[in-house]
Amino acid sequence: MTAGPEMGRLTAEVTDGDHIQGADGAPVTVVEYGDYQCPYCGKAQSIVKDVQGRVGDGMRYVFRHFPLTNAHAHAKQAAQAAEAAALQEAFWTMHDHLFEHQRELHDSHLMTYADELDLDVGKLRNDMESDAVQTRIQQDFYGGVRSGVNGTPTFFINDARHDDSWDADTLVAAIDKAAAR
Amino acid sequence: MTASTSAEVSSILEPGTRAPGFELPVSSDEKVSLEQLRGRPVILAFYPADWSPTCSDQLSLYQLVMPEFRRHDAELLGISVDGVWCHKAFADNRNLEFPLLPDFEPKGAVSRAYGVYDTERGRSRRALFVIDADGVIRWSHLAPPGVNPGADGILTALESLEAGETNS
Repeated sequence: MTAGPEMGRLTAEVTDGDHIQGADGAPVTVVEYGDYQCPYCGKAQSIVKDVQGRVGDGMRYVFRHFPLTNAHAHAKQAAQAAEAAALQEAFWTMHDHLFEHQRELHDSHLMTYADELDLDVGKLRNDMESDAVQTRIQQDFYGGVRSGVNGTPTFFINDARHDDSWDADTLVAAIDKAAAR
Repeated sequence: MTASTSAEVSSILEPGTRAPGFELPVSSDEKVSLEQLRGRPVILAFYPADWSPTCSDQLSLYQLVMPEFRRHDAELLGISVDGVWCHKAFADNRNLEFPLLPDFEPKGAVSRAYGVYDTERGRSRRALFVIDADGVIRWSHLAPPGVNPGADGILTALESLEAGETNS
């Protein structure tokens, strides 16, 4: 054990159960571990969209929850709202909405957002507290911990942790490099 | 402080080494010693300073991973050269529920004994140790400056410990 375990490889594989944007056959998969209340993740959100626009079908994008609940009081509820929205086929619309309103993530705000997005608010409220939703978020979190996620946002490009800066140019370059391998 | 921490080593203690004993305040009127935790795994997280961004992120993460550490019956102790009241304010502010120990007087003595004291800056380096139930270091890791080592290495070490104990 002297050398220590290998750090910074995605050990939690991407599966059909993940929230995925982009083509199935894309040569590169970008996985982000994020927290809806984290301001850096809010900044990363628009960068990811820019990168997706530039790389197009060359990548697929996966978002997983890593709520830092002792620093961010509303991070867990927000993740629960996104997962509950997923049960109404609205994960990505809620995801975008949460990042656009990341300073307003109180319970009452979350219900307003569900209403604005034409979701069944009562069902969303119940689903947020369900074991399935809570377990899912826990699994994302621990999968991240075991893959060496140490804060948010953390990106993996084809299973390798991206330790470099995450501005759009650097991400696009790293994606191109991974695709060329 | 106990006499066993007086020795200074200049590089991080390796697995297989007996963990140097220590006794440090855990609050203004309570102390904790490594000896009293014998019988269960202990995780020591040395870090440079309360309030610094990397330390805050690292220790907050450990608070969230605490249920997993507990599943291995492990005790987590944070150690830096900051004083008792500084630790208390920091722990309250960041909602940290595990003990933060002050390696304050004589300054850095425990960090020196584990080979993780930065004499130039006068503070602990960022280093992790997993100590087994018998008080032997089973895993150690020195993080490069400014790098948050996360919790994965600790969990892997705790798992190996458990597997090893089952085999013997």
